[in-house]
Amino acid sequence: MREIEATRVTEAVRDLCIEANTRLPESHLTALRRALEEEESPLGREVIERLLQNADVAKQRCIAFCQDTGYAVFFVEMGSEARVTGGGLGEAIDEGVRRGYEEGYLRKSIVRSPIDRTNTGDNTPAVVYHEPVAGKGLKLTMLVKGAGCDNMSALKMLTPAEGVEAMKDFVVETIERAGPNASPPLTVGVGMGGPFEKAALLAKKALTRPSGEPNPDPDLAELERELLDRINATGIGPAGYGGTQTALAVHVESFPTHIAAFPVAVNLDCHSHRTAFSEL
Amino acid sequence: MSKEPIRLQTPLTGEGNESLRTGDVVLISGVLFTARDAAHARIKEAIENGGSLPFDPEGQIVYFTGPAPARPGHALGPAGPTTASRMDPYSPLLIERGLKGMVGKGVRSEAVLQSMREHGCVYFGAVEGTAALLADRVKEAEVVAYEDLGAEAIRRLVVEDFPVVVVNDLHGGDLYREGRERWRRVR
Repeated sequence: MREIEATRVTEAVRDLCIEANTRLPESHLTALRRALEEEESPLGREVIERLLQNADVAKQRCIAFCQDTGYAVFFVEMGSEARVTGGGLGEAIDEGVRRGYEEGYLRKSIVRSPIDRTNTGDNTPAVVYHEPVAGKGLKLTMLVKGAGCDNMSALKMLTPAEGVEAMKDFVVETIERAGPNASPPLTVGVGMGGPFEKAALLAKKALTRPSGEPNPDPDLAELERELLDRINATGIGPAGYGGTQTALAVHVESFPTHIAAFPVAVNLDCHSHRTAFSEL
Repeated sequence: MSKEPIRLQTPLTGEGNESLRTGDVVLISGVLFTARDAAHARIKEAIENGGSLPFDPEGQIVYFTGPAPARPGHALGPAGPTTASRMDPYSPLLIERGLKGMVGKGVRSEAVLQSMREHGCVYFGAVEGTAALLADRVKEAEVVAYEDLGAEAIRRLVVEDFPVVVVNDLHGGDLYREGRERWRRVR
């Protein structure tokens, strides 16, 4: 059994919080640069240019490129032959978030409950999803999730008879309804299958895939291309000011489901698309 | 942005706002007051209880933002606009009391738009997600009310050439609707 010190997890999480909030991933920057070339609206191009400039300034000064430094979401892949020592994994992650958000001058945006809206003061608790895997590794994938776009996300329990066409319509309708509020150009995470909560979780996890990397399943990759084309036909455009680049990428994840079910969830991410990875 | 920008100096007036048109690119210099969800809820409470307002809204602009902490040497931490529709239930209270501008992102309700047209208030969009660039245009920042709200406290910002676009003017113009119609592809 491989032993990993809890303090190492804390340090890695601290670094992830700062990296994710101050540096846009290269795959996302590439997607933005491509959108700049393809955008037909002059105002839309101007918006994308500003986003790219903003990313430069944030990186140079090591400051957050968006003030909404979001929920700290982690997907944790813990190897079956590894364990954390000297403290619990959950506590180690929370401590890393506490330090990262303080030392990185990041905004603390989490309140105690939807009813008691007192700020927790340190952006904890982290939102942690565990995935058991084989091996000795520990992989941490962080997604910084802003609320503006999360608020425009949606889930629908379709019937098998409604099928894939209704699913596509629901994705596009969700984006039409979000309009400018979700801060396009978007990254769109779509989760389908499983019971109710699985679809939502898959939609969130889909956002962590490197921007524009297609699903390995060719049918799903085709579905992603078709959805992207339909979304970019809406005309919403960068910042919602009108244009041809409403989304940079659509990532679809699928899971087996029940004979009676066709759940679909759409999780939207704004153009401040923040992911970072660490392997211990 | 793509057009030659219009320079505006605060405070604004209803008459001055008449000349602004949806899609106009504007550089604001002067004062912005920051306020978002929690501050607006307190303003409403103050109005309902006959208390005093944290600032006199006459001619002023509210910027819907909650900045990140500033690094030493910076007037303000990164501060981009938040979704304005969450302030829809509150905005008419300030507009009726003389507010002449709002800076945010996203669509406003019909009730807010009507109140804006009635009282000469314009809604400007700032590009969300450009928080580092926008903070650069802030020369001074001072908490003037509700300090306990942290990022959500009301701050008085002194800005220079703060870049915005007119989203909703006083003549029924709506950049979001017009932009979408202009660029929608019929499939």
